[in-house]
Amino acid sequence: MEKNTLFDKIWDSHVVRSVPNGPDVFFIDKHFIHEVTSPVAFLNLEKRGIGVLHPDRTVGTPDHNVPTVDQDKTIKDKLSRMQVEKLRENCKKYGIELHDLGSDHHGIVHVIGPELGITQPGMTIVCGDSHTSTHGAFGAIAFGIGTSEVEMVLATQCIMQTKAKKMRITIDGTLGAGVTSKDIILYIIAKISAAGATGYFVEYAGSAIRSLSMEARMTICNMSIEMGARGGLIAPDETTFAYLKGKQYAPKGEAWDKTVAYWKTLKTDEGAVFDKEYTFDGTDIEPMITYGTNPGMGIKIKGNIPTTEGMEGSNKISYLKSLEYMGFAPGEPIKGKKVDYVFVGSCTNGRIEDIRSVAAFVKGKQKAANITAWIVPGSREVEKMAHEEGLVKILEDAGFELRQPGCSACLAMNDDKIPSGKYAVSTSNRNFEGRQGPGARTLLASPLTVAAVAVTGVIADPREVF
Amino acid sequence: MAYDKFNILTSTVVPLPAENVDTDQIIPARFLKATEREGFGDNLFRDWRYDVEGNPKKEFVLNDPTYSGKILLSGKNFGSGSSREHAVWAIYDYGFRAVVSSFFADIFKNNCLNIGVLPVTISPEFAEVLFKAVEADPKAEVEIDIDKQKITLLSTGASESFDINSYKKENMKNGFDDIDYLLNIKEEIAAFAENR
Repeated sequence: MEKNTLFDKIWDSHVVRSVPNGPDVFFIDKHFIHEVTSPVAFLNLEKRGIGVLHPDRTVGTPDHNVPTVDQDKTIKDKLSRMQVEKLRENCKKYGIELHDLGSDHHGIVHVIGPELGITQPGMTIVCGDSHTSTHGAFGAIAFGIGTSEVEMVLATQCIMQTKAKKMRITIDGTLGAGVTSKDIILYIIAKISAAGATGYFVEYAGSAIRSLSMEARMTICNMSIEMGARGGLIAPDETTFAYLKGKQYAPKGEAWDKTVAYWKTLKTDEGAVFDKEYTFDGTDIEPMITYGTNPGMGIKIKGNIPTTEGMEGSNKISYLKSLEYMGFAPGEPIKGKKVDYVFVGSCTNGRIEDIRSVAAFVKGKQKAANITAWIVPGSREVEKMAHEEGLVKILEDAGFELRQPGCSACLAMNDDKIPSGKYAVSTSNRNFEGRQGPGARTLLASPLTVAAVAVTGVIADPREVF
Repeated sequence: MAYDKFNILTSTVVPLPAENVDTDQIIPARFLKATEREGFGDNLFRDWRYDVEGNPKKEFVLNDPTYSGKILLSGKNFGSGSSREHAVWAIYDYGFRAVVSSFFADIFKNNCLNIGVLPVTISPEFAEVLFKAVEADPKAEVEIDIDKQKITLLSTGASESFDINSYKKENMKNGFDDIDYLLNIKEEIAAFAENR
């Protein structure tokens, strides 16, 4: 019998036809849209005089540029307001479900999809956003697309892409204290580089991955794109089913049992072949932080910034340019560096478990005087839970500022910008130049590390602080 | 939407030797707020091109009158990060029709092909040859022949072949996009959707 990977099984069952010497016509089960990458797609549909083929397969929410204060008022920024209004208009016109600003299920698109149970194993899911890979945590093929492809999905429920190569990353072993799934993914990217998985779709496997909660798995799949991968996925298991059971859009009653029986078939066959395999030892992973301007530039917090030894040519020039931007020198320790801002939020780490872990560690403590601390829930649902569980009170008592849901300072499209030259330790996904505001210097880390930084005011190893 | 047909492009080259140029550099998020596809070229490489007051930074290659052309030559891992197609719109709108690099990020490459910018992947060695040639003579011309899948440095005749699948090649040559194709097989897609 043919041995297939999970990726093969899902991909192959969604191919409408294969174009000879070309891409596959690939059917999309679920499509998420937001205000930034969809307006031109709708505009082009109008120009072509065509409509939306399956409006019931698309779900929208405004997240990228929305303000995180006064969401009940009119958006002040004219261009942001126009984009959000355009999304409303388009969803209404074509009959697309919209979770609008202020509604019960508003939030970051990659937070609300799983939360509502829209995201399910075996599905193909796309969105005009590269962190769509988040949904792969459920054993779905999920990836980011461009606006031309958003238009294709709206018009035909298909896109045209060649099948990616297959990679498996296995992590066995027990994780140490203070090590989170964010540290796992930062560790992997540091090992294989920011382009190390370009051209591949990654399956994460091994006992260290299996032991993680759904939210922790989402953090890992979310950052697959940061090593260049088309996407990442994890085979569904009891953890997945338990998470989905009872969710609004999950199957109910008899349909649930039938669907779970199908979901249980969604795994890589023993002996299936990957184009590339990596195996890492979970016990070698420690709290991580980035020091440069791409997510591959990460080290253990207790470590030193790499020297230029062995680097040459454009590689060395790019490396030094990156350190210059960050205001760091090769070879120096990262621990103890002064920090100005901390940000807890984003589709990577803006879920309730992230907020719980920060609250548990800062409870009864105060943030350092030099730190501005922002906490931005990934959705209204997360915000509600944080209030109900008393986490908001703990965080506000510690000096954190709670804002309303949205992408916020992860990409600083709204007013949540880190000022030029300032250092931010962030739970988000990208440390590119200017990502959190022009001239801002971003260091990526786990929510636990961010909590340690908030309290000490400097880059700190959470294991030594708490 | 339809774009200009691509056959043979002969042009001088704008060199940008940086590695890992992500789409946040190509166009920062704060310039993604338009609801129409217009004027993105003005903000191409915004924060590398202008200072905070909006004055051009002289040292950046797009502000250097020595260099011009329809071909952008860049270091490896070009277009990583965000899936924003706005990055390619900005490149196209500025006047580039081809980007040449030894390594492209996946989504960026797809986006290029969908709107008529040709991504040309060459070996690191040939990239070095081109960077040196342009440094020595900014007027050096490069020819990209999509039909022959060949890129040539005209002054020396040094050349290399590049990959593109025949489907995308025909699209580029004719200015077609994927929607044209998909709309033509509507019934087949409907039948497939029926069974899902």
